[in-house]
Amino acid sequence: MNAVLFGAHGLDSGVLPALFLHFGMLSLLAIGGALTTAPDMQRYLVGERGWLSDAQFTSSVAIAQAAPGPNLLFVAVVGWNIAGLAGVAATMAGSLLPSTTLALAASRYGDRRRESRAMKAFSAGMAPLTLGLLLATGWVLTAPVRDSWGALLLVPFTVLMLVKTKISPIWLVGAGAAIGAFGWAG
Amino acid sequence: MPAAEPLQRPASPLRMAWAFNRMALQGFGGVLAVAQRELVERERWLTKTQFLEVFSLGQVLPGPNIVNMALIIGDRFFGWRGAAAALLGLLTAPLLIVLLLAALYREFVGLPAVAGALRGMGAVAAGLVIGTAVKLLGGLRDNPLGRLPAAAVALLTLLAIGVWRWPMAAVVLGLGGASVALAWWRLGR
Repeated sequence: MNAVLFGAHGLDSGVLPALFLHFGMLSLLAIGGALTTAPDMQRYLVGERGWLSDAQFTSSVAIAQAAPGPNLLFVAVVGWNIAGLAGVAATMAGSLLPSTTLALAASRYGDRRRESRAMKAFSAGMAPLTLGLLLATGWVLTAPVRDSWGALLLVPFTVLMLVKTKISPIWLVGAGAAIGAFGWAG
Repeated sequence: MPAAEPLQRPASPLRMAWAFNRMALQGFGGVLAVAQRELVERERWLTKTQFLEVFSLGQVLPGPNIVNMALIIGDRFFGWRGAAAALLGLLTAPLLIVLLLAALYREFVGLPAVAGALRGMGAVAAGLVIGTAVKLLGGLRDNPLGRLPAAAVALLTLLAIGVWRWPMAAVVLGLGGASVALAWWRLGR
């Protein structure tokens, strides 16, 4: 039961407040979607703390992408892989509480000020940063497959299919799973 | 014409939770496209223009876009009860599914086919993120910053976060602050 509640790593309880605080801070910086915080999460969890391996981190994102629902849920899988259900509670609460409170307050307050110079400057200035973050996220996610030609070829193929066709991403995810299952992405 | 059809109002917060639940369960690789179809065309709770407004607001605010959108839409119709209903509808069922998948994965991680499938899916996930960014690059063309400064900010962000691995807080506050300041100055001219 303890393995379900607290994960298989036998981490002490100090992990949970640390997760909550780091994910809470990242949620306030997550302009342009939850996935843009993935590079910093990877830096913190894999590099700084050693709570997850590179492969565990990327598979967490892949599992969440394979399931229906908001991309945000990769945060829950990351929490699950670090500390079980308690980890899910810590990472989800951290990712949701600060940003939802702020979003509600700001949307009520900002409804009238949408045309102001400050709001316009904010969205214009943040737009290229958001794109840079998305590109960095994609680059960081390729980390565990950079040693395999098969998997590396899947990346530009996916980009091409997404940009040039109207095919639903679920088919691309399915194709990636099938190609990998046959051992062609190893 | 759909444009002539009057807007509807969601009957109750519960009804709203169900609608967001349905959207979330259809949304593989992101919920946004489904949300547009459901909210504007099927339920007719928002006009296209209103949807775009809420979308840009959800994007400008920190936090996950679709979560912010659900909160704002729920809040406009039913206050905090609507916001809570939309959020729970959006997250509950997908959360259970994703945790089930994660738990199953731990059981079967030893199988080479499963590990290989996840590697393949990981590569596709990376491609989907990069592809989304590529699709959005065209949007920088009309940015008040100007094309070259906008491209420079995007490239610097990619390098600082992806390659040099600087902490995100420093990059968003430092580079983002400078970029917003430049946009403010350009907009004032």
